[in-house]
Amino acid sequence: MARQVVAAAREIEPGGRKLVEVAGRAIVVFNIAGEFFALANRCPHKAGELCKGKISGFISSPEPGVYEISHEGEVIRCPWHGWEFHIRTGKSWCDPRTMNARAFEVKVEKGAQLVEGPYVAETFPVLVEDDYLVIEV
Amino acid sequence: MSPIISAIDCDVHPTLPGMKALLPYLEPVWRDMIEVRGIDSFESASYPPHAPLSARPDWRDGRVRAGMDVPEIRTQVLEGLGADVAILNCLYGVQLALNEDMGNAFTRALNDWVRAEWLDHDLRLRASIVLPMHNVEHACDELERCAADPRFVQALMLCMGEVPLGRRSWWPLYARAEKLGIPIGIHAGSSFRHPVTSLGWPSFYMEDYAAQSQGFQSQLTSLITEGVFAKHPGLKVVMIESGVTWLPGYMWRLSKFWRGLRFEVPWVDRPPLEIVRDHVRLTIQPFDAPENQEIVTQLIDQLQSDDLLLYSSDYPHWHFDGQDAMPPGISPALARKIRIDNPLATYGRLAIPAPSLTLPANGGLA
Amino acid sequence: MTTDVLRPSLDPASNRLCVIDCDVHPKDSIEDMKPYLAKRWIDYLATYGVRSRHGFQNGFLYPKSQPQAARRDAWPPDGGLPASNLKFMQEQLLDFYDIEYGVLNFLSPTGQGAQNSDLSVAMAYASNEAHRDRWTGPDKRLKASIVVPYEDGEASAKEIVRLAGMPDYAQVQLLSRMSELAGKKRYWPIYEAASELGLPVGIHVFGYSGWASTNSGWASYYIEEMAEHCTSCQALLTSLIVEGVFEQFPKLKIVLIEAGFAWLPALGYRLDKLWKTLRSEVPHLKRAPSEYIRDHVYVTTQPMEETEKPEHLLQIMEWIGWDKILFATDYPHWDFDDPRYTLPPTLSRERRRQILSENARQLYGFA
Repeated sequence: MARQVVAAAREIEPGGRKLVEVAGRAIVVFNIAGEFFALANRCPHKAGELCKGKISGFISSPEPGVYEISHEGEVIRCPWHGWEFHIRTGKSWCDPRTMNARAFEVKVEKGAQLVEGPYVAETFPVLVEDDYLVIEV
Repeated sequence: MSPIISAIDCDVHPTLPGMKALLPYLEPVWRDMIEVRGIDSFESASYPPHAPLSARPDWRDGRVRAGMDVPEIRTQVLEGLGADVAILNCLYGVQLALNEDMGNAFTRALNDWVRAEWLDHDLRLRASIVLPMHNVEHACDELERCAADPRFVQALMLCMGEVPLGRRSWWPLYARAEKLGIPIGIHAGSSFRHPVTSLGWPSFYMEDYAAQSQGFQSQLTSLITEGVFAKHPGLKVVMIESGVTWLPGYMWRLSKFWRGLRFEVPWVDRPPLEIVRDHVRLTIQPFDAPENQEIVTQLIDQLQSDDLLLYSSDYPHWHFDGQDAMPPGISPALARKIRIDNPLATYGRLAIPAPSLTLPANGGLA
Repeated sequence: MTTDVLRPSLDPASNRLCVIDCDVHPKDSIEDMKPYLAKRWIDYLATYGVRSRHGFQNGFLYPKSQPQAARRDAWPPDGGLPASNLKFMQEQLLDFYDIEYGVLNFLSPTGQGAQNSDLSVAMAYASNEAHRDRWTGPDKRLKASIVVPYEDGEASAKEIVRLAGMPDYAQVQLLSRMSELAGKKRYWPIYEAASELGLPVGIHVFGYSGWASTNSGWASYYIEEMAEHCTSCQALLTSLIVEGVFEQFPKLKIVLIEAGFAWLPALGYRLDKLWKTLRSEVPHLKRAPSEYIRDHVYVTTQPMEETEKPEHLLQIMEWIGWDKILFATDYPHWDFDDPRYTLPPTLSRERRRQILSENARQLYGFA
């Protein structure tokens, strides 16, 4: 098990994303209105890099001819075949039972805690006064 | 007839001898129009009468046409092919008329001719309501008018028309059909508003007939993507004389595209192949496959459903020889479903007995 | 800590993929073609445009699902349209996947299908010249299709004869939606020239025939346009067979590109049945239609059908013939197939090698 500091929280703006590597895994971290989520950077369909996809909402419809958009800013579309994944859960829209992007928990921790704690990433400069994103794999 | 049903033939074609046969069923103004203008025939070029495909040689029996009257169908289909019930789909080209009033009048006459000259003469016969195809109000009216008679078990359209069948202009028709519990049958054929291929007119009749299966694929795509089945969850569609084996490849392809493009048609909220299995049925003749039982078995397995196929001879069209319309390579259990259970599940009106017709009350068999 | 691009690793060197990609779409601009266009046509294009057989002055009849129908990661970092920049194409496709050869197909602007036939002839010439400058000259892995002004059969044949001897060109390029069915005699000079000179004819989906997109009128949606490629290819292949093109040109090879392939066996079965019944109409056909398909027709894999059960895909491939299936990525388009993850995992090493490279190597005569 690896627990790793991957970014300073302020590095990723709301609506932004950042590709990181934790224990050899490519992971993309998203900021949705101040909340952070992380998905494997690999579409479960054909391995497109999700970090290069378009962030949008879900278009749904109560009946033909009526279009509704929801979850705006919470959906990543694979840059290749356009499959949609809910960033909060990794669930695909088209096949949520079997086709999901692997989701990882992102913790926001104070620099001060990290400096004192056992998980400091040696290569990552940590400032006591900032918030940091930590992913456990 | 036997109280136990052994087969329901879901596609049998009665042949109209000619325009004159419609005269007794036409209003005076249209009778007059036929005579004054010298309108001889609305026979469709989709089935040239002399073309070998249009009637099997032994059924033709030396004549040009087959299926001309009830005794002939009694001998050749009900007894010859062992069908207990036959659903009549008349293909006289009334949908080809460009004048919508004329098309409507001739279609009404055709349906009345089928009722009077066929249904009233053998209790084992049922029929589809031929719909006028250029005005949805006419189509709705004709559906309602004929549906009063429970021997009409289906509404019939052609697989090539003026606009794709999923388009919203058609929806009032689907609302009526759903409410009446009447499936929409889509039959091979064109009203020739467009070339029979999307790349223009072919040179040969063989290409014309081959293109029918393209028409079915396009219509199914239209029905699914426009959301007809989302709007009308009770609607059933029967693809008649489609060739059948195009379906697996078609479903895989459309379902794959749907995963990436479904946002364009968000009312399609599940994979097209599931929609097909819930709403679409296909008659088994012609069954486009080689004479190789193993390949037939694999093609059937690719469908991944035992509910899709309905028994049909497509009489008098020539797709098989002998007396068995079931392609070899289909298991006995599935063959039974195709002959009996699937048609009964599709055509709710088959359970309504015609006077003195001895169908079991539950519509099924044991 | 962070990485821009994390490459999933390819097979080890000893087990190279050895891919021949039979459908790559470089993007040229009118600017690239200008050195080879007469002033008359440069002015025409600036004033009136290409004038395809549909109503929009610019762009596509059905809006694509994403800009330029491209993978969103295929836009070159230093600007320009996807696949307009050789260096980025090398990085993202040719080097990344260790591609031995890429067969180039050009969608627009090539002038194919333009309403003005003389413009089409001029643009085809200019495209073909530009392709040597921009693609096949600088990177010897790339082999271009010869763009022909297909609505003019004689002019197309001349263009084929002009270029066929050069190692830069691998095949002749038609689009599926021409103004008439591909078997019609107006196109026969193309088949004659190509088969005489040993070039396959690649028919790539798209184009605008000017006819409704289905034989029942216009479809509404892009997803329908995509689905309709297999119906139009069914019609054009039927036409090639039934018109007797393969009887007339026994050396002709046809490659159907980007149409998928699961529909092909069912078409062959259908035509065989019809041929038995309707032979009197087509006495010029000496063999069952499926035999012409088996001998003359190749398919590219993309967009590869995704079946519910893996064995169904293998059945379809078996019915088509393992030697007739050519791998293609369709780079840079959104429905790209990745050579690592597209073929069924249960394929034997030999089958995989055939599809990924050997079939194309033999067909195109690549070293």
